[in-house]
Amino acid sequence: MSTATAVAGVMVIAITLYACSGLADYGAGLWDLTAGGRERGRRPRALIDAAITPVWEANHVWLIYLIILCWTAFGAAFAPIMTTLFIPLALAALGIVLRAAGFAMRKEAARARARHLAGWLFGIGSILTPFCLGAVLGAIMAGRVPAGATGDEISSWWNATSIVFGLVAVSIGAFAAAVYLIAESRRRGAPHLHGYFRTRAFVSGGAALVLGVAGLIALRADQRQMFDRVVERGWPLLLLSAVALAGAFLLAARGMVRGLRLVAAAGIAALIWAWAVAQYPYLLPFSLTVDAGAAAGVTLDWILVWFAVALLLVIPALALLYVLDQKGDLAEDPATSLPSHDEATG
Amino acid sequence: MSLVEPAQLLPARQQMAFTLMFHIILVPLGVALPTMMLIANYKGLRHCDSVALTLARRWSHVAGLTFAVGAASGTVLSFEMGLLWPGLTGRFGEVFGLPFAIEGVAFFLEAILVAVYIYGWRRMRPWTHFWLGVPIPFIAFGGAFSIISANAWMNMPAGFTLDSAGRPVDIDPAAAILNKALPYELAHFMLAAYMACGFTVASVYAVGWLRGRRDRYHRLGILIPFTIAAVLTPVQFVVGDRVAVAIFSDQPAKFAAMEVVTTSGSNQPEIIFGRYDSATNTVTGGIRIPGLDSWLAGGSTDTYVKGLDSFPAADRPPNVNIVHWAFDIMVGIGTLLIGLALWFAIAYWRRRDVPRSRLFLWCAAAAGFLTYVALEAGWIVTEVGRQPWVVYNILRTEDAVTPAEGVWVSFIAVIVLYLVLGAGTVAALRAMSRRWRRSDRTVDADAVYGPRPAVVPEAGSGDAPAGESEVTR
Repeated sequence: MSTATAVAGVMVIAITLYACSGLADYGAGLWDLTAGGRERGRRPRALIDAAITPVWEANHVWLIYLIILCWTAFGAAFAPIMTTLFIPLALAALGIVLRAAGFAMRKEAARARARHLAGWLFGIGSILTPFCLGAVLGAIMAGRVPAGATGDEISSWWNATSIVFGLVAVSIGAFAAAVYLIAESRRRGAPHLHGYFRTRAFVSGGAALVLGVAGLIALRADQRQMFDRVVERGWPLLLLSAVALAGAFLLAARGMVRGLRLVAAAGIAALIWAWAVAQYPYLLPFSLTVDAGAAAGVTLDWILVWFAVALLLVIPALALLYVLDQKGDLAEDPATSLPSHDEATG
Repeated sequence: MSLVEPAQLLPARQQMAFTLMFHIILVPLGVALPTMMLIANYKGLRHCDSVALTLARRWSHVAGLTFAVGAASGTVLSFEMGLLWPGLTGRFGEVFGLPFAIEGVAFFLEAILVAVYIYGWRRMRPWTHFWLGVPIPFIAFGGAFSIISANAWMNMPAGFTLDSAGRPVDIDPAAAILNKALPYELAHFMLAAYMACGFTVASVYAVGWLRGRRDRYHRLGILIPFTIAAVLTPVQFVVGDRVAVAIFSDQPAKFAAMEVVTTSGSNQPEIIFGRYDSATNTVTGGIRIPGLDSWLAGGSTDTYVKGLDSFPAADRPPNVNIVHWAFDIMVGIGTLLIGLALWFAIAYWRRRDVPRSRLFLWCAAAAGFLTYVALEAGWIVTEVGRQPWVVYNILRTEDAVTPAEGVWVSFIAVIVLYLVLGAGTVAALRAMSRRWRRSDRTVDADAVYGPRPAVVPEAGSGDAPAGESEVTR
């Protein structure tokens, strides 16, 4: 295995981690947006808020890491992706700003109207960003980003494949979020929300399945070569993904929380790896390979060494965060924060 | 320079400048505020000082908010490096991208530890909680080191050679990271960040004091951050002088623009403000101090200083007035702050307290804003002064810009969204301050470290809007 392939593997790992954690944060934003009126949505919103507040920034850093890794290791692919897909990537960045604005405002907004607006910003950003990132992936897979040139700025991502991929990203995020929130509701002693999120897991899981099949059909019509690769090389992983997601489905339905999150995350991870395996060895199908697009060997070596160091540093810290969070050692400080959602309006 | 500059160059530069200037407001709070909150935390734990602990808690809360906003605007910047400047990241990413990867990890660790610290109040044992916070300032320094390293590389590119096709070869990442401009840029910036944060936090409590809230809480709120900033101000003065001397030798065109040196020669006057006319290469107005510029650059009035006339028109910074005025504003504010620091030092030495005079407090209240103006001005000097190059003497900004259409649209969208983000952040900070002031009027019954409250309120049970005086279960 060449160093370039190893670095590409690191990138796929980062994408996987982002999809399993960050995508679920976006999904939580979607459930927050659709939780209904102030009174009706109060309890699910409080749970969503308590669940994602301590971890959402950490989850989010994978995206930054991914972008940086891409331009350092694969500048030859990074520049055409960023140029051709300027519009969806700019929209994804704007969605991130919307989320942050919503987050910053709603945490402190004492008035209901301001909090309502903040919730909207947060929710819209939570749909816009995963949709755009999914569309970007679809455009790359369908070979619409040519190496060393600029593809069409609109049709590269505004086409059936990309749009369906964008919707798949949104629905998978929503599914993962719902599944994680079932576990959270159990852990935080809010059993009344158990059924609430189970229904949502079913709806979004069903939507993800239908959209996933639609995505494959669109890809087949659009870029047959890639479709064949996905099916021929990726089928074991697609199967694994379907089994894991269905397993998460069943566990959730039976009210079994143990391992639920891991199974759901495994399902998402398998999906990402099915894509990676199908696309290998191409960075940009079918015009640029990993080896041809890679940076100088010394830079790649440094990236791998730094990745090892990063794992040694980040994994213990991340483990600390998740363990403390799950132990209940992390929560809003009642002396400096607003007490909780809609109570303060009184 | 080609006669027609790319259509996206102007909006791309504007958007980058706008988002960078926004992000830089948040950086000192991410880099330096954790240090101040830990000092307050330590003081509070060591001396069982509940006032210091309250400050630490509230500062950590502010740091958490600004960190979240900074995370978003930082993400936008990393997108923009590719969206706006694919000619830079696509071609030179393999040379100068590694510091960003280091920063990515530093930021990750900081995000985790900040989350643990902020959400760990009351729930962990006090000293455990403190020690979990201690790495934050060091990690923040690591992050600043990486970003400044990348920026310094753009000023003093190193660690590669260009082949005949203009592609970088013989790449040496260590040499790129540890480039010549790194030491002085990093020192200058870290000091600026601590000063901006210190003076700004102190100014909040100075305003409170002026409004009649004269208690120990406000006194300590001024004393801790102001002392840090005041001690660093004279250090910054010396470092800033060394930076100017380094730029004189490293980037003579930037130096000539900073000091509006029009014609090469010795015995150059220091020109304070004034208006530069690029058509005639002359300066009108302004105050001239004979020989001072040469003396500052080389320690003697005989020092030969290169003027703008020694560079081809295409290689001169296009906005000399902006660079020069930004430089003079930065130096001017720095000089004022020295005076303020001295005043504080004398008063503290004589009475062991913050000076009580209203004039001092008014100045202290203004110092935070002024330091931020100086910080922004400094970035304008380094970024606009490097033009027309994005990588000094290697890559022109116009060759790095995206060919993609629609940068004007994204720029307008960015302005609107950042206004919402900025307004939201300010509103949130004001809401915090109001809430805390309200709670200060009632007796704060909360022990800083105590049992855990419930997280999800159950309907009808334990749903009391208790907040500040919440009785724990």
